[in-house]
Order: sequence, then structure tokens, then C-alpha cells
Amino acid sequence: MIPREFEYHAPKTIPDALGLLKQFGDEAKLLAGGHSLLPMMKMRFAQPGHLIDLGKIRELKGIREDGGTLRIGAMTTENELIWSKLLQDKCPLLIEGARLISDPQVRYKGTIGGDISHGDPANDHPALMLALGASFLLKGSTGERVVPADGFFVGTYATLMQPGEIMTEIRIPAPAPGTGYCYSKLKRKVGDFATAAAAVTLRMKGEIVQEVAIALTNVGATVLKATAAEDSLRGKTMNDASIAEAARLAMTICDPTADQRGDAEYKTAMAGEMTQRALRTARTRAH
Amino acid sequence: MAKKQAVSFKLNGKPVDVLVEPRELLIHSLREKLQHTGPHIGCETSHCGACTVDLDGMSVKSCTVLTVQCEAAEVLTIEGFEQGGALHALQEGFTQEHGLQCGYCTPGMITRAYRLLKENPSPSEEEIRYWMAGNLCRCTGYQNIVKAVQYAAQKLSPART
Repeated sequence: MIPREFEYHAPKTIPDALGLLKQFGDEAKLLAGGHSLLPMMKMRFAQPGHLIDLGKIRELKGIREDGGTLRIGAMTTENELIWSKLLQDKCPLLIEGARLISDPQVRYKGTIGGDISHGDPANDHPALMLALGASFLLKGSTGERVVPADGFFVGTYATLMQPGEIMTEIRIPAPAPGTGYCYSKLKRKVGDFATAAAAVTLRMKGEIVQEVAIALTNVGATVLKATAAEDSLRGKTMNDASIAEAARLAMTICDPTADQRGDAEYKTAMAGEMTQRALRTARTRAH
Repeated sequence: MAKKQAVSFKLNGKPVDVLVEPRELLIHSLREKLQHTGPHIGCETSHCGACTVDLDGMSVKSCTVLTVQCEAAEVLTIEGFEQGGALHALQEGFTQEHGLQCGYCTPGMITRAYRLLKENPSPSEEEIRYWMAGNLCRCTGYQNIVKAVQYAAQKLSPART
């Protein structure tokens, strides 16, 4: 399987990449890790005339902390996230999520920015980003803007990113010490996308839920923020009944597409189960 | 037709040049232009890992990498493992532990295991299974592949007397 013909560009700076994006417009696609785009090009679902490889732009790499905010270059790979001591210390949810993505070879190439900007509801980082309250730095030829993850994903393969923009950085407010977290993902086998998955962050104050965020992967046209489920938990104690009620509310917003992973009813039930598991694990980790 | 590009990289330590269309995949350059047929084409969809090569210190599936992305890279394939007539510890391990039957997945398995042991010289069985999960084998049931990697880890260990 060989992609349609295209011209290849490997800019070394963000301004050069933006210039190429402006020059070639609709004909151009940005290449990050290439493990979604290249397979789509091989299947001829995508046929860009110009491929702009972001892999040679050094400033798109790296993980650092800056005044309580974790700043991750968009071209940082899943494998780099997994081995990051800073993330292990400050944001282990991201590592837990990255470890569940595809397989080792894919994780050497796949990038956090590519995973997010692709807009695929089956990708894992969107739910992690919603649970963490992240935002994204988008650069265009006329300037830059910061867009919150909540609201960024507007449809399948559709985000608030405009043509001509490049996602350059992911910004995550470092979770307060003691924040509980979990990414619970059901998949049929290594390398498959989630049948359903739930990302949770949880702040407790004694026995009372102070703050909770729940986001669901691959059970709708986009990643879903389970706001009613969150609201049902906030300010209350957490027990079997409240966890079951939160899962029920999360299931009401699911609208999955039936495929080889299961029918809509099964996937919705699994989204509820993943929500329960993620909440329970997050509770044991919160202190 | 898109203009061909000259791409230079190191293959098993030796400089090579290929002239490719941008759409050419690394696996095709290796097999068809550079006569390195160790990396195999299994699924062509980045699932099976038979085409795994080591690219700048990463295990990658060469069916999902463009050759033009490899300018100035260092590529290692199974052809680069044997040195001066002596098998690499991993090759020896796969032989001794019967880590293959048909052998189709073996070049990818060994190349992946090489990077795994560089990153984690003494992995547990669970770690081997987790970090080898991108390579499929339809013969062995993986038991002997795990043993082969353990054999090599032991042999390569500096603590070994």
C-alpha cells in the first residue's frame, strides 16, 4: 500500500512551517508522528499534495514546568511522556494514559500534539486533556492563541484549529499534590483503540469530593465531558451509590457507533463501567 | 510524478544513498533498493511489527515511515546484528530457546528486543511482554520468545561471571 504522490517538506522552524502551510493551503497536511495520517494516506482516505513534516522542528519538543504549568511541546512522543520524571512526579495520569496507547513502536513515533489535533474521538489524549483542564497553544501566520481543551473538540476529525494553524504546545495546570487520577481503558487487544475509556481527576477534602473531572473516549462523535456526572459527585461523599449514579449519568451522554468492538448498548455500558473503575481508583489515589 | 529526492543515511553503520519519491516507505527502500530483506512486510498497516527496524534509537515500523524522513538517520536492521561471524546474544537466544518456528516475525522481534534491552537491561517477564507487544508471532505462543529475550539479557549483563 503506497500513498498517492505528494511533495515532502521538512521545515526546521515554526515560521517556515507556517509559511509552507500558507503557501499550499488546502493541499497541505501537517505530519506529526504519522501513525494516523500515513495509514490514512496508504489507504488513500487522505491524499494531500504537500506533506509538511514537523519532525525536524526542535522547539516543538520537550517537557518543562513553568510557574505551576506543565508545558509540553506538541511533537513530544508518547514514549517521551512515559519516561518523563517530571510527569511521573507532577502528572502521572498522562503517563498512565500514554502507556495504554497502541504499542511500543507506535509510541516512539506518535506525538501528543498529533493525537490531540487529529480530532479522532478514539484517541486517548483528548479525554486526558479534558480531565486535566489543559489548554493548547495554536500558532498561525498572523499570531497565536490559547484555546482550552474543553470546547476544542467539535466533531469527528473537527477541532477549533483553523487551516493555517499549528498546535505548538500543550499546557496543563500541574495537579495539586494529592489529586487522585485514573485512566481506565477497555480495549480488545494491544494496538486497538478503546472500546470505551474514562479519564478522571479527583480532589478530596476529607471525605467530601471537592473537585472532579470525568471525560470519556470513543463513545461519541467527539471526546465527551461528563458534566452531569461530575455535578452529581461534587460536594458530597463518595460511595457505591454515588459512583453508580455518576456512571449512570455518564452513560446518558454516550452515543457510540456500533462496530467490531461492539454495539451501542455494550459500548455505553462499558463507558459506565470504565467511569466506575476510574472513579474508584482515583479515590484510592486521592489524599 | 513528484520529483525524486536523494536521501542519505547510515544503514548498519555504513553510509547509503537512495533516490526515492517522497511517498516511498522505508521498508520498500530497504528491501528493494538496498537489498536488506531481513525486515519483512507482514501487514503493511503498522500492526504486526515484522518490518521493525531501529531508527535513531527508536524501534519503528518501517512500513509507516517515509524514507525521506530518514535523512542523516542511523538505521539498524537484523543484517547488522552478527559481527565477525559471531551471532548477537539475541540471535543466539532465539536459537537456543527455540524462539521461532516459521521465522517470519523474528527479524522484527530481535530488532525490537535489542532496543528494549538497551533501555532496560534486565526486564522482568511482565516488562518483556509489555514492551514487546508491538510484534506479533503466530507460531510460538510467545513463551519461547520471552525466554530468548531473557537469555540475551542474561548474556549481555555486565554482572554475569
